Amino acid sequence: MLALVGTVPHRDFPLVDSEVSLHDDEVCIQGEQVTVNRGTPALLAATIKAGEFLGQPAPHGYLVGDIGLGDGSRRLYEYLIQHLGESDFQAITFHYMQPDIGCHNRVLFVMEQMSERPILIADAGSMYAAKMSGKAMAYDLFTPDIGELAFLADEEAPHPFYTRGFILHEENRVPELIARAYAHKNAPQNLLIKGEQDYVANQEGIQATINHPMDEAMEAIGGTGDTLTGIVSVLISTGMEIGEAATIAARANRLAGHYAEPTAATQVMEIVSHIPKALEDVFCEKNR
Amino acid sequence: MSVLGLFKRKQPKGSSPDQSRDRGILVFENTSEVIRAETALKKEGWKIRVMGPPPEVRSGCDLVIEIPLIEELSILRTLQAADVTPKDIVPVSSPLLRPVDLFQTKELGRYLMIRAANMKLTIDKRTLTIVNVSGGGCPDVPYLAQEMVGKPLADAPSPREIGHTLCGYALQLAYEEVKRQCSP
Repeated sequence: MLALVGTVPHRDFPLVDSEVSLHDDEVCIQGEQVTVNRGTPALLAATIKAGEFLGQPAPHGYLVGDIGLGDGSRRLYEYLIQHLGESDFQAITFHYMQPDIGCHNRVLFVMEQMSERPILIADAGSMYAAKMSGKAMAYDLFTPDIGELAFLADEEAPHPFYTRGFILHEENRVPELIARAYAHKNAPQNLLIKGEQDYVANQEGIQATINHPMDEAMEAIGGTGDTLTGIVSVLISTGMEIGEAATIAARANRLAGHYAEPTAATQVMEIVSHIPKALEDVFCEKNR
Repeated sequence: MSVLGLFKRKQPKGSSPDQSRDRGILVFENTSEVIRAETALKKEGWKIRVMGPPPEVRSGCDLVIEIPLIEELSILRTLQAADVTPKDIVPVSSPLLRPVDLFQTKELGRYLMIRAANMKLTIDKRTLTIVNVSGGGCPDVPYLAQEMVGKPLADAPSPREIGHTLCGYALQLAYEEVKRQCSP
């Protein structure tokens, strides 16, 4: 089973720990609802849609309200420290959390003590915390965009806001940025880099490039990176090899976006509904 | 440690380099400002400490305040309310680092997307309505998007007003750049 850890943008949303479902454009968990627009709700929605197609059980969510003050995130970190050790998830995806090195390291310590360590995936603030703490190599997959890849490549930067200008985040420097991130041990076992072109990479460099279909507007749409992280998380939780899961997820996310006929004003839920069809088409292509 | 405490006992050992990487330093002109800032921040419940400046920080007074760097935007708002402004804010781990000051502009048909650091803000050029916010990873990003998307640029709250983190700060820079490019 897959677990997803993150925050929702409502300060009074309680800490919940339960299975997650999707009804129309709302994620439902433990009697609470949250509208899907971007962030962890978009990750959850994509995960549920992809899981339905793949015949996977509903994901387990650890969620809390946090609007950036960090109060909710810190409560959730403490909760995970107390309870995560009792779980037996195959994979855990850490998402929008206030980056806090001390809390992050304590959660990671708990997971490293588990009899069967889950596959660890991180994106968004959780990925920032993993890199800042120097523990990126403990993870199995990060899903950065090009700007975040530059942050991983900059051994000095504590946050993408401080990425040094000479480490330009340009598409044609992706191989160099990947090499630099690994040289400083600031990348995990696998990378799925999202952007104009998506790249699957590891310590040996780029393993796959996915650039079709190409819809330029996707970059502007908030949540398209979250849907990609959701799809790859589900595929990995089925036991699929991480590189293969990342390649399929990148292709499916692009297709789902393409089917929504996106403009820069498209909202992510319009894309989420196309994920099952996109996955079906990718698996058909693969089996041809 | 308070300002007075600093003179009474030896400064505690700093945390390990890894543990300090999410911390930042507020640099002020003089000790009086440090005391006012410390009082205002502690009153609001911030976990801060007053310490000596690292050698790389060559200007300002002999005391600085260590803060949680990620929450820089919230902290600046608290200080603004107390009418005390730091002359600089730098990461503890690398005090010479400066915030990203490069913008990338992309025309997407009738839309304009501006990227600052890891944050992207997209606007409809005809109606000057904010149509999307993307990128980022701190929890105020979905909140900021929720509050800003669908609103005219002139009416939308600015990230500086309602954001809390460095991602919110990066979005503020993109927002200011959009306003600059779209002003008559």
